[in-house]
Amino acid sequence: MSPQFLIQQLVFGLLTGALYGLAAAGLSLVFGVLRVLNVAHGELVMIGGYASFWLFARSGLDPFLSLLLTAPLMFVIGLGLHQGLFAYVETLEEEPRIKNSLLIGFGLALAFHNLAIRLWTADERSINTAYSGAVVTLGGVVFPVVRLGALAVAIVAIGAIHLFLRRTYLGKAIRGTAEDWEAASMVGIDIRRTYLVAFALGSVLAGVAGTLVSVGYSINPGIGLEWTLKALIVVVLAGLGSMPGTFLGGLLLGAAESASTLFIGGAYREVVALVIFLLVLMVRPQGLFGR
Amino acid sequence: MLEAEGLDVFYGDLQALWQVSVRVDAHEIVALLGPNGAGKTTLLRTIAGLQRAASGAVVFESRALHHEPAHRIVALGVSLVPEGRRLFAGMTVLENLELGAFTPKARQRREETLTWIYEIFPVLAERRDQVAGTMSGGEQQMLAIGRALMARPKILLLDEPSLGLAPIAVRRIFDVIRQINAHLEVSVLLVEQNARAALKLAHRAYLLQTGRIVGEGSAEALLRDEQVQSAYLGLPSA
Repeated sequence: MSPQFLIQQLVFGLLTGALYGLAAAGLSLVFGVLRVLNVAHGELVMIGGYASFWLFARSGLDPFLSLLLTAPLMFVIGLGLHQGLFAYVETLEEEPRIKNSLLIGFGLALAFHNLAIRLWTADERSINTAYSGAVVTLGGVVFPVVRLGALAVAIVAIGAIHLFLRRTYLGKAIRGTAEDWEAASMVGIDIRRTYLVAFALGSVLAGVAGTLVSVGYSINPGIGLEWTLKALIVVVLAGLGSMPGTFLGGLLLGAAESASTLFIGGAYREVVALVIFLLVLMVRPQGLFGR
Repeated sequence: MLEAEGLDVFYGDLQALWQVSVRVDAHEIVALLGPNGAGKTTLLRTIAGLQRAASGAVVFESRALHHEPAHRIVALGVSLVPEGRRLFAGMTVLENLELGAFTPKARQRREETLTWIYEIFPVLAERRDQVAGTMSGGEQQMLAIGRALMARPKILLLDEPSLGLAPIAVRRIFDVIRQINAHLEVSVLLVEQNARAALKLAHRAYLLQTGRIVGEGSAEALLRDEQVQSAYLGLPSA
């Protein structure tokens, strides 16, 4: 194996990992704040991907531009899912809350998966823009333009959510709620509202990741489970409490998958991800960057 | 000003409060004394809206509080400094104080309130960028009180503010409570293990035992009361 080939694989791994990180940031935000595990998170990635795909297929809207429409759409979908479903388990104690949220999530995942097949068929879809085949070559290493664009969008999205949580009043209230929801209500924070906003923002992050998947890779109605799994592995790997940390966790997973393809064989990609998952749980259960 | 009337509170099948009634008037410091498990914390949590009463009422400035959510009760002027402080431990001192002023009214006066909180607790100004969980117990208690004051409450519910603190820190906290009450005209309902210190600070007090009010009176009278002396102040009965 030439070093150039190794670097090329690592670059591909990192570019994929950026999307893992973005999807995981949404899951981490929802789990960290609401203590609700939304296993339909991957389906939100799928829906975001289809939204951009159809906007492109029907009206030729550039996928990166379509984010301006799909992000608010995902926010509204998140509001609806929260108010219609997840709000009902929030008042429960921690353990039944997580268990019931799992039931809701699995039900939602099945419903979305089958609805997507019914509406959009099971075909593999991908957004093919005029610049989809373009690459930038640097020292013999190839960077596909759309994936570089996806990386840039992911970094901007993570940066934006990070600043929102650190700098704004509502963002601080969301962090406070994540630390201690009862203390938050004691200082006058309406925690149902912080839950709602956190869930909707988590949905936006999932949807944005979906758009980037549909332009850099491909989507079909069945990708949800895989994305939930990847996001979950990254959340465990990175730990809760830091958006940039979660993003870094995504990059790490992407790189590890590439390395495993190179050195062990492509068939073991998923195995390696799950082994990482188990190792982190055994050795450092709070995650690499967790509180 | 604040009146709790005939409160019955349950934890599952277990009844924690039985027909408990207490009253706090404007500018008053009222102490709530009693052994562990008497229901003092439960009473404060019920007033603050964190616990629901099965029956009874909580009325504050002629408004019923007992159906309001906790965050609304804060907005109406009742703030709880909970047992164990419950700070946002991973956030900075300043962030904790900022969140204290989350209600719309308090937010408008945030800078002004922050200035006088820093005057009362200069240490909080020095440590404003420190992560709250890394401060000493006494400093954390000051932050907890400061955070509650940021909401501009008319009445402060204080749950065991001296618990686990060094004697010098305890004295400081009690001085501050007196100061807050006298200068800021904030009423105080104080739960305290240290009965003697609490009675010296308070105007009136209630005695709570196994979920029932078993006595009440002016602090001076209770300090002299023989039964109170033997049960709460550790003096042999004559």
